[in-house]
This record gives sequence, C-alpha cells and structure tokens, in this order.
Amino acid sequence: MSLSVKTRAERFVATLRHCQVLGLTVESAQDNVLVMRLPYSEQIVGNPVTGTVHGGSLTTLMDTACGTAVFSSLPGFELCPTLDLRMDYMKAATPNRDLFAEARVTRVASSVVFTECEVFQGEERDLVAKCAATFMRIGENMTPPEFRARIEQGDDVTAAGAAQ
Amino acid sequence: MSFETVLQQAQQSGDFQPLVDGIPYANLIGLKFQRFGQDVLFHLPANEDNIGNPILPAIHGGVIGGFMELAASLHLMMTMDTAALPKMIDFSLDYLRAGRHQDTFAECQVWRQGSRVANVAITAWQTERTSPIATARAHFLLAR
Repeated sequence: MSLSVKTRAERFVATLRHCQVLGLTVESAQDNVLVMRLPYSEQIVGNPVTGTVHGGSLTTLMDTACGTAVFSSLPGFELCPTLDLRMDYMKAATPNRDLFAEARVTRVASSVVFTECEVFQGEERDLVAKCAATFMRIGENMTPPEFRARIEQGDDVTAAGAAQ
Repeated sequence: MSFETVLQQAQQSGDFQPLVDGIPYANLIGLKFQRFGQDVLFHLPANEDNIGNPILPAIHGGVIGGFMELAASLHLMMTMDTAALPKMIDFSLDYLRAGRHQDTFAECQVWRQGSRVANVAITAWQTERTSPIATARAHFLLAR
C-alpha cells in the first residue's frame, strides 16, 4: 500500500510528543509543499501583557513544518535530523489568531536537504516569520525500523499515542 | 501590572523568578535559572512533553531552540539595562548533537550591545559544557 504525502506527514507529526502538546496539525501536503497549523493558546504566550506567542513556539512550528515536508516528500522512510535553522522574525504575531507555516523543499541532494518556510496569519497572509532550514540525510538503513512501522501502520499506533 | 513594571522590579530587587513565572512559554517547557553574579546558568530539566522523536528519544529541536531564545532574552534583561522586553530580530541555530532525554543547560554571551541592537551567542549542552548539543546567535532590538 502506498501512502499519500499528507498521510505520511500526519503520521510523522503524530509521533512527535511535543507537537501533540502544541496541537500542530497538517493542513495540506503535496509534493514538496506542506502547510502546518499552530493553534493559538495561552500556554505558548511569551509576553503576558500583549498575549503575543513566544518565538520559541514559532521555532518549533517552523522546524516541524520543514522537517515534515522533508520526510513526507522523500521516497522512503528517512529520518532527517536538522542541521541548522535560520529564522527572521518580521513582526509580533497577532494574539488569538492561529499561525500557519508553509514549508517548501527547495533541493534534495544526496546528503543534505534544503528547505524554506514562511509563517503567516489569516487569509491576507500577514507575514510573521521566515526561515531557512537544512537537514542531514542519514539514509533509510539508519532509520530505526520501529519508526518505519509507526508510519506504515498509522492509525492504531498513532491514535493510541495521540490520546495519551 | 505591566510587564515593564515587573521587569523594573526584578532589576531593582535582583529577583527575576516572578518575571520568569509570568511567562507562560517558560512554564510550558520548564525553564529554570541560577544566577552567579553576572553569570547566569539556564536549565531545562528532562521533560516527557518536550520530546520530539520518541524512538531515540530526543528533545524536539524546536524546544531546544525555544529554550535558547528564552535564555538569550532573559540574559539580556538580567545583565543589561533594558527597560522593556527585547524583541528578537533573527535567530540562527546550529544543531551539533542529538539532545537526549535528559537535563539541558545553556549560557549566553553578549558580544555587543549597541543603542538599538544586541548580539548574543548561546551555547547549550547536556553532559559536558565542552561538547555542546547546539550553538546559536541572536539579534535583539532593544527598546529605547
């Protein structure tokens, strides 16, 4: 059975505990572009007076969006650790509004994958942050078989994990 | 009470715990700190909820980044004469080793504080300070 890019992306995110804590969801995933949502919540606020979310939660959003785009667009089941992230914070996010990250895989090389990502709010795509991230390819044979099983089996494993 | 007032009180009393307690994201990831004169050691105790990859298991890279960003801005507020929350302009993070599911530490170095912008380097490690799991550099816009 061949899984769709979106299913691969959703199952990948479901394995990541901290992403469940933040409530990250895959909005769409096709070929090399993926959109991820970070719902606004009190727990990620960095400035208690203005209610603005902390940049750290955006770092997690962008790292996860880029990493998931990499995982779901590669042909096999490869875990790719982040090599580096470079983020620009263009403006403070508006409180009480969800954040969306659109990540794009720009180049898949033999050892490295290059990505870029934009974080915005609302239909007007108000730009909040941008990032460029690079990932290492450790190869499919270095990826633990339990991880591959979690992605392939999906629902049973991930539903139990998400419900915890 | 405004954040600026809390910051001012912390700078006067030298007790930054109320300020850190007032930041929800710091509580979410569980950031702690200890001050030794002008030096500040930041501490992120092992926490199940901060795990990304469950198989290794490793701390989510985003949490390591968030911890270091928070450490940098707190370090500026603790050691510099800033009247407001510094705004992060950019953040460049290099991951050197997997962050294992154990305690993580960070320290910061302010390389330059101008009238508007500060440049801060952050190092994060677990077992040995000389084998960092990540290094980062941040620019902050300082309130005038």
